[in-house]
Amino acid sequence: MVYESCKGYGSETWIPLNKKTAGNDHQTVHDEGKQNVLLRVLRGDMFKKTKRSFSTFSVPVRRWTTVLDALIYAKEHSDSSIAIRFSCRMASCGSCGMIINGIPRLACYTKISELGYDTVTCEPLPNFPVIRDLVTDFQQFFNHHRHMEPYIENQYPVPREEALSEFKQTPRDIDNYLQFSYCIKCGLCYSACPTVATDTKFPGPQALSQAYRYSADNRDDAEKKRLDIVDNRHGIWRCHFAGSCSAVCPKGVDPALGIQLLRSHLMSISKTPKTLADLRKIDDDKD
Amino acid sequence: MEAFRKNESENLRANREGLKGWLNPTRYGWERLSYWLMRLTGLFLLLYFVGHVYETSSLVGGIDAWNSMLALTQTPGGHLFLILVIGTSTFHSANGIRLILAETARGLGKPGRPDYPYDAVSLNNRQRSGIWIALVLAAAAMFYGGSILFGGE
Repeated sequence: MVYESCKGYGSETWIPLNKKTAGNDHQTVHDEGKQNVLLRVLRGDMFKKTKRSFSTFSVPVRRWTTVLDALIYAKEHSDSSIAIRFSCRMASCGSCGMIINGIPRLACYTKISELGYDTVTCEPLPNFPVIRDLVTDFQQFFNHHRHMEPYIENQYPVPREEALSEFKQTPRDIDNYLQFSYCIKCGLCYSACPTVATDTKFPGPQALSQAYRYSADNRDDAEKKRLDIVDNRHGIWRCHFAGSCSAVCPKGVDPALGIQLLRSHLMSISKTPKTLADLRKIDDDKD
Repeated sequence: MEAFRKNESENLRANREGLKGWLNPTRYGWERLSYWLMRLTGLFLLLYFVGHVYETSSLVGGIDAWNSMLALTQTPGGHLFLILVIGTSTFHSANGIRLILAETARGLGKPGRPDYPYDAVSLNNRQRSGIWIALVLAAAAMFYGGSILFGGE
């Protein structure tokens, strides 16, 4: 049921989207050889306390059309009052996170053709208070992130004059934390986490993996402080390795790995050697 | 926006998935299924232990009270319940060992440089094999228990 083969750069290739039907009675519409999908958007306004309900839009789709493209199309051509948040359109800013067909995804990073449904359902991220339609409030999320002191701390940045050189890191040193530094704070892991769903004080996968990111950096010597922050009854021990955070992460951060590594540090069974910052401190104490 | 945030304590729970967040185990892969089964089996075993303490406490009521309590487990329903206990305890133990190792960062892989399509290192085949082994062991234990209970050995 392929409608047209690719004719080179700039041509439009239409692919069948009706492999599965997520909706109920929607029929795929063909308009001059183009394919439409049904876009369902969960609407609601926290200020007006209105009951949330779905609005549906018919949107033309190309092979490369993302869910964000479809939402913008619906906003431009059908209903300008749809509230969405987006910025970079290339999975770098983390603004357009939402539930797409039941899974937390970035709208700009999700092609409709790859979903394989002719109905696309968009809902706001769960575990975040909804402001309006698909826009959620990230204040709690960022508070948890800030609480982890997500910056390099070093009490002895330049202990001696001969150390006034660049702080060299080997590729292996960088590999210890690099993937965790790719976090774009999109909140997908936070919305997928089953512990966050029931515990408002749990920092969530993003904040905990960032605690590990800075603790694993050998320029940092505040690991003990961060371990004290996460070591409480609503802290790191509440993670039960459901792995959903890593499954939905669009940047390969793998927060579940970071949390388990941080936990092994907390239990002092990590194989990671002492950081350079610690060694310098010990060296400095001897002098 | 400020008015929205003024009532922060109320908003804290707004739109939380709550229990229904983990009641559907099908969305995120094997690890989420394992998490769901671990919780369900844990709750079931907790209820079983409470019942077990109650059952054994009937000993203080004399031999007749004990025998009448024991007779409950000799029915087909009682056998099915015991088979369920065997299965849940086996899965909970085997998967628990996997989780103890995983939560101490064993068998998860090492952090590295993520590349497209950004598959998570920690959700690897070693972990999935652990889940499958726990499920197979539970099924085998239930089968063996069932063959003894219903086989009349």
